[in-house]
Amino acid sequence: MNDMTPVKATTPKDWETDQEVRWCPGCGDYAILKAVQRTMPEIGGTPENTVFISGIGCSSRFPYYMETYGFHTIHGRAPAVATGVKLANPDLDVWIITGDGDALSIGGNHTMHLLRRNLDCQIMLFNNEIYGLTKGQYSPTSRVGTNSPSTPYGSVDRPATPCAFALGSGARFVARGFDVSKNLPEVLKAAHAHRGAAFIEIFQNCIVYNKDVFEDFAAPKGADGHQLWLRNGEPMLFGSDKSGGTKGIALDRVGLTLKVVDVVDGDWQSAGVIVHDVTNRSLAHMLVEMPFGEFPMALGVLYDDPRPTFNDAVIAQNETASAGKTPDLGKLLAKGQTWTVEEGHPET
Amino acid sequence: MATAFKDEHTSGHTPVQSDAVVVRFAGDSGDGMQLTGGQFTLSSALAGNDFATFPDFPAEIRAPIGTLFGVSAFQINFGSSAIDTAGDQPDVLIAMNPAALKTNVGSLREGGLIIADTGEFNQRNLDKAKYSSNPFEDGSLAKWQVLAFDISALTLEAVKPFGMGNKDALRCKNMWTLGLALWMFDRDRQPIIDWLNAKFAKNQVLADANIAALNAGHAYGETAELAGPLKQYHVDAAPAPAGLYRTVTGAESISYGLVAGAQLAGLKMFFGGYPITPASAILHHLSRLKEYGITTFQAEDEIAAICSAIGASYAGQLGVTSSSGPGIALKGEAMGLAIMTELPLVIVNSQRGGPSTGLPTKTEQSDLYQAVYGRNGDAPMPVIAARSPVDCFDCAVEAVRIAVEYMTPVMLLTDGYIANAAEPWLVPDLAEYKPFPVEFLESVPEDGFKPYARDHKLKRPWVKPGTPGLLHRIGGIEKEVDTGHINYAPANHQAMTDIRSAKVNNVADSIPDQIVEQGASGAKLAVVGWGSTYGPIKQAVRRKRAEGVDVAHVHIRHIWPMPKNMAELLKSFDKVIVPEMNTGQLKTILRDQFLVDAKPVNKVSGQPFTIAEIEAAIESAL
Repeated sequence: MNDMTPVKATTPKDWETDQEVRWCPGCGDYAILKAVQRTMPEIGGTPENTVFISGIGCSSRFPYYMETYGFHTIHGRAPAVATGVKLANPDLDVWIITGDGDALSIGGNHTMHLLRRNLDCQIMLFNNEIYGLTKGQYSPTSRVGTNSPSTPYGSVDRPATPCAFALGSGARFVARGFDVSKNLPEVLKAAHAHRGAAFIEIFQNCIVYNKDVFEDFAAPKGADGHQLWLRNGEPMLFGSDKSGGTKGIALDRVGLTLKVVDVVDGDWQSAGVIVHDVTNRSLAHMLVEMPFGEFPMALGVLYDDPRPTFNDAVIAQNETASAGKTPDLGKLLAKGQTWTVEEGHPET
Repeated sequence: MATAFKDEHTSGHTPVQSDAVVVRFAGDSGDGMQLTGGQFTLSSALAGNDFATFPDFPAEIRAPIGTLFGVSAFQINFGSSAIDTAGDQPDVLIAMNPAALKTNVGSLREGGLIIADTGEFNQRNLDKAKYSSNPFEDGSLAKWQVLAFDISALTLEAVKPFGMGNKDALRCKNMWTLGLALWMFDRDRQPIIDWLNAKFAKNQVLADANIAALNAGHAYGETAELAGPLKQYHVDAAPAPAGLYRTVTGAESISYGLVAGAQLAGLKMFFGGYPITPASAILHHLSRLKEYGITTFQAEDEIAAICSAIGASYAGQLGVTSSSGPGIALKGEAMGLAIMTELPLVIVNSQRGGPSTGLPTKTEQSDLYQAVYGRNGDAPMPVIAARSPVDCFDCAVEAVRIAVEYMTPVMLLTDGYIANAAEPWLVPDLAEYKPFPVEFLESVPEDGFKPYARDHKLKRPWVKPGTPGLLHRIGGIEKEVDTGHINYAPANHQAMTDIRSAKVNNVADSIPDQIVEQGASGAKLAVVGWGSTYGPIKQAVRRKRAEGVDVAHVHIRHIWPMPKNMAELLKSFDKVIVPEMNTGQLKTILRDQFLVDAKPVNKVSGQPFTIAEIEAAIESAL
């Protein structure tokens, strides 16, 4: 995120390139691209001060379609490239575009360290639970039993939970959305407003290799009963009469776990429904681990509690260490344990 | 180098004159041999000797005490004429324990002097060193002069007034030994005393104890000379051009060269590194130079180290990364990205013995194929190699120049020997270096902006993100000619592959013709080398030429692309031999590039070539 004064207001159109978009027709990436292009004018940034940096995978083609500076790097390494970009020019607004394989498999190490260091940037992880660009192998977020070319008898290893990984790595901003959600721009804006590494998991429908894998909660039908949109300071309510009544998330004080409670006549207080506090890290840990099915899918800003950023710390240390010193390489070379050979000494 | 540690000019108690002496300090990893050697080096420098050093230490930080694999050694060759190697054979071996004697005595010149601490030659240590009998008693050291006495006890006695525990007191042994060495070579103690006072400024007792040990060692020499075989030697100052000198290691010299290169380019520097032996010293040096506009970043791994440097170059700084073989292997894919995106980048490889983890603290030149060929796809990249610690400075400047003038990653090769070894350095006058200021593209050119448009050298423009009007996207996917858009078309890939190759070849337009170091083109035999074999080749060729042998020495700095006259030059020689600390990598490149019948001379023992080995190779080639 950056505190930039917009030179002139932009429109979504200003953020579109002339490049032909090469995702499969119907891919969730289209919706995310539109959401980002709609969000950018509202953030008030300028295209020239914005950099999209991606790794490898379907999602990582994203920078080609944004009329900004862009760097389509190598598999898993976008966070490392972004770290160099941001440290070299902290005025740039850096967005990392990655996927479940890119960020959590081949690039898991970089994702972890970028979050731990708290580089000021936005990380959009498009999670489609599959390797799309390599034609459908299971990914580190695929559910157990996923049939794929590399797991014809079903995958046997447990998936990673991206938001739990992020929190475990020390992330100070964790949010969730999904490709076609109308709330996605709000989530992106909140991420951008957070100073530090902002981690956003975006469930994205791969219509070719993992079609509708998120339909259980993303489908418009019954959505209010399956989606818990978190808003700071508001009770954790979901559902409606249509979906079988209003429900809320409360704390099971005996088991120290979350539980779903019925809310009667709107009296969420007496049902013990929790009021969302984005700075409550313990709560965030419980929300990211909340199993879907028994619980709704927690969406929106799960956690937002800024801390000093890595780039600020590096630059501050560079300045402190340099203070009062005049760089003079000639003097530096002549420092220390030196001796002089006088003129008139016979040369070899 | 002359092995002139002989008794030829003895008269009374005046020091014996010598031309050059090789001294090897060897002890346990914890005995402080590197420190002792470093201070002895300083005293050699202050005495005006030319010198070369060879720190030779184990990979283990604190190996079990007394073991053979825990021996740490420091060799210095100093003399009154030009010194280019750390010396083939030590004249003096200072052995602090049985293991140090066992592992080092084999290389000692016949008739050379062993100074050993009998205090450490107890049964336990003899067993650890796998001696079945005491070497001082069984006659196995008959071909050398032996001066064995209880340095441990003498040290304890010397530091007794300071009331230290036995263990701490014995830690002063290295200073006692250094004191003796200073006496032996007629050296001034004061600079070492000053250094000890500064080092232990916060603990005067430690400073005083170490100084007492140093003085006691020195006094022992004076006394023993009257009674025993110990003699004092004097090595005159070596002739050298006038000016200010300092000692410098390769790691220091590369670091300063990178700083100088960034200044000449007018850029800030970003250094992404990951700890690895023997390359870490560059990260350490640069981390202390923040006021020179340097950001250093210790990344989570080698890949992140180079990728962050690429990111910084993309953002408009000079990206630099550094590692050794295993780390360079990990960086390979990212080098391809820098080649594809045509961003400047300097990659320093301080080579060590391989493959895999190999020999972390030992030297080798076996990453040349990796540097020249070691990437996926047709991925040409300029490669240059430093020949000595001092040469690292100019090579680093040159690497930066090529990187920014051609918008390309550049591999700078050095090795563990160069990185750690020290030599005297005539401090360069920076005004003599021609600046090569970078010009970023900041506005749309008359004929429109194309991110992959080319200048006459085939260089593409460097545009910093943040520049209005020049928005564009880059990446590792094949680029369309000029526009840089994604393009997989067959003709386009052919064109771009040709352009990348031609651009790197164009670097040859900017480098000087290959010179012949000694001898001339057309000689019967050329000894062609690269990197740290410079010293032994130079001395071996000098000796052979003094004997009238028609041999020339060619030493290649620009390995890829090579100087334009290289083909003609190599073909002028009747025979070509290529000594390398690998199994023949430059030899293969020379054969491939120039169809010359270059013959390999190989050594992969983790130790530099000796002069004698190169002389023997010359003899057998002719």
